[in-house]
Amino acid sequence: MKTYFLPAIKITFLTIILFGVIYPLFIVGTATLIAPGNGSGETIEKDGKTVGFGLIGQSFTTAKYFNSRPSAVNYNAAATGGSNKGPNNPEYLKQVEERISNFLSENPGITKEEIPIDLITASGSGIDPHISLSAALVQIPRIAALRGLSVIELKEIVLQNTNSPTVGIFGPSTVQLLKLNIALDQLKK
Amino acid sequence: MNTEIAGVVIIFIVTVLLAIPLGRYCSKVFKQEKTWLDFLQPMEQFILRFSKINGSQSMDWKENMKAMLVLNFIFFLWAMLILLSQSVHPFWNPDGITSMEPTTAFNTAVSFMTNTNLQHYSGETGASYFTQLLVFCFLQFVSAGTGIAAMAILFKGIVQKQSHNLGNFYKLFLLSCTRILLPLSIMVALMLAMKGVPATFDGAESIVTLQGDTVIVARGPVAPMVSIKQIGTNGGGYFGPNSTHPFENPDYITNGIENIAILLLPIALVFAFGFYIDKPKVGYAFFAAITLIFLVFVSVSVYFEMNGNPQLTQLGINNSLGNMEGKEVRFGSAASSLWAVSTTSTSNGSVNSMHDSHTALSGGILLLDMMINAIYGGVGVGFINFFVFVVIAVFISGLMVGRTPELFGKKIESKEVKIAAIVALAHPFFILVGTAIAAHVSSGNSEIGWLNNPTYHGFSEMLYEFTSSAANNGSGFEGLGDATPFWNIACGIVMMLGRFIPIIGPLAIAGSLASKKYIPESAGTLKIESFAFTAVLLSVILIIAALSFFPALTIGPIAEYFNK
Repeated sequence: MKTYFLPAIKITFLTIILFGVIYPLFIVGTATLIAPGNGSGETIEKDGKTVGFGLIGQSFTTAKYFNSRPSAVNYNAAATGGSNKGPNNPEYLKQVEERISNFLSENPGITKEEIPIDLITASGSGIDPHISLSAALVQIPRIAALRGLSVIELKEIVLQNTNSPTVGIFGPSTVQLLKLNIALDQLKK
Repeated sequence: MNTEIAGVVIIFIVTVLLAIPLGRYCSKVFKQEKTWLDFLQPMEQFILRFSKINGSQSMDWKENMKAMLVLNFIFFLWAMLILLSQSVHPFWNPDGITSMEPTTAFNTAVSFMTNTNLQHYSGETGASYFTQLLVFCFLQFVSAGTGIAAMAILFKGIVQKQSHNLGNFYKLFLLSCTRILLPLSIMVALMLAMKGVPATFDGAESIVTLQGDTVIVARGPVAPMVSIKQIGTNGGGYFGPNSTHPFENPDYITNGIENIAILLLPIALVFAFGFYIDKPKVGYAFFAAITLIFLVFVSVSVYFEMNGNPQLTQLGINNSLGNMEGKEVRFGSAASSLWAVSTTSTSNGSVNSMHDSHTALSGGILLLDMMINAIYGGVGVGFINFFVFVVIAVFISGLMVGRTPELFGKKIESKEVKIAAIVALAHPFFILVGTAIAAHVSSGNSEIGWLNNPTYHGFSEMLYEFTSSAANNGSGFEGLGDATPFWNIACGIVMMLGRFIPIIGPLAIAGSLASKKYIPESAGTLKIESFAFTAVLLSVILIIAALSFFPALTIGPIAEYFNK
């Protein structure tokens, strides 16, 4: 058996160095030089203060902001995850119904048929940085009333912060929520 | 065409276009012909010489098997050692992660050694940077390399004539890692880093959000890990929720890159077989057969996910985006379904949506995918599993026409068929027995708290966990409370058996085929690339899967679908 063990231990040692040390160091080193945010994740600033990572979604629950999607981990970016609820789970369906009635009471004038699905379901990561375009548009009347802004200027900043499908034809349209809400704050304090 | 469906189509087309030249290249690597990466030779020779391995020494199937098993045993010991000593890691542990609980460590070590990468821990709270790189990143290379090398030995067994020489496992293993996995991983890692995936040793950062909450954002050397997890059909994510996490998968383009990376090598290796035996047509025929099943599965999953959860449609909301529970807005339901079918087909196991929250029949498709476990399959082992079905199909075709069955000029006799049958039946055996025991334990102890969902879906959670373990997939219906000694140990054992039995059995077949006399093709030879044989092969795959698993699927996803 010695004929197999010694070579195995030695080749394990060298491949650990190659794939566990040299390879990741090479990638981290290169990323520090060429990647956005020097490989540490790109941050977003507002008035010279860091308010978040561009990629990491944050919780927006107050009525004067465009609200985020529900999250199974309450947007805790140190312990992320989804709800893992099955489609027929009665407890889950009750929770969704509660979200619908909360949304209706916070957004007077909106009918049930206008509520987009992403606003009443939790994402897989629990830190989804986006909402769908219709999820942003449906919140405009509420924010216009609360902030005394016109629907037209709100629509404009929503569209400015919308990413259309990749090269125009692949994938969904998304709205970057943090950027949208920063733009909203800058519109009128 | 809907933009979400257009995205799915383009991802698949690009994958196939890249896989054909890659398959040709892989075949050259296995034959050790000249390639443009020959400048790596001095490094490889140094590794072999230091390890006192003669890379050109020919070994028979038993010697190759022993080399593989011992090497994997060392991998396992290394992983256990590091996982149990995390609290004393002197560096690369900025967040002060502590040691793993012993049964979780056992499960994790087995899981990464067997290319399963089932994760009963959560990356950001359970593993130090040191562990992520020197154990997880390392094992994702060498476990994939082990699978590819085993497949290359099988290839050699098929073309050898009256010989015991099946090549040298060590050399094939090393070349698979350095010539195939490493260059692909570097390319993907750099692309991901450019798109914002972190590659850093800085610890977690505390941030005050716009709304005024304080949150801690975990990060780390994510890019190098994510790329090898996709390329090597590993699936062991850096963060708990895997590639749903925006730091692992920031946007639609990275999602496309990663989905291509999931499918690329498994498809390329099917083509590589055709090039290796100098009959590219055989590779194309195999590809066509498997792809037919793959595309049907993708269509079913995309259809149900885009239609949304019928229970929520009933509530009268706007369901036009489809089933968004457990899904990210930036991917949408179509691309999430393509990924889900890709990752379960190829034994990858990384996720970009929560499989537990898929609609009933889409979840059922994901289960069936892993139950067949040969629709492209994991790197190397996927083709090996597929080969087992080929042996059985050749045998059945032989019976139908009343001739001794032949495969690539070798007689298929009772020994080969027996081994193939045992391997094919072992997979359903592990899954069904495991699930039965778990279901029994769970139904007797309602307070045990394993299940996140009641009734049929709860059963599916247990079925999924054992299927994923036996198929060395690693995805989960993650609602299952699986970080307990029962699941850690049971899944650990199933992963080991599910990994090594389907490698050792076919290696024995390869050894026996290699030693046989070559029978030249004649008018009566069964044409393996013919339409008729492809049809028999598909029927064999579907019958074995359907007959063994249909009852279990009936009380899981199918009952869930009808019980609204």
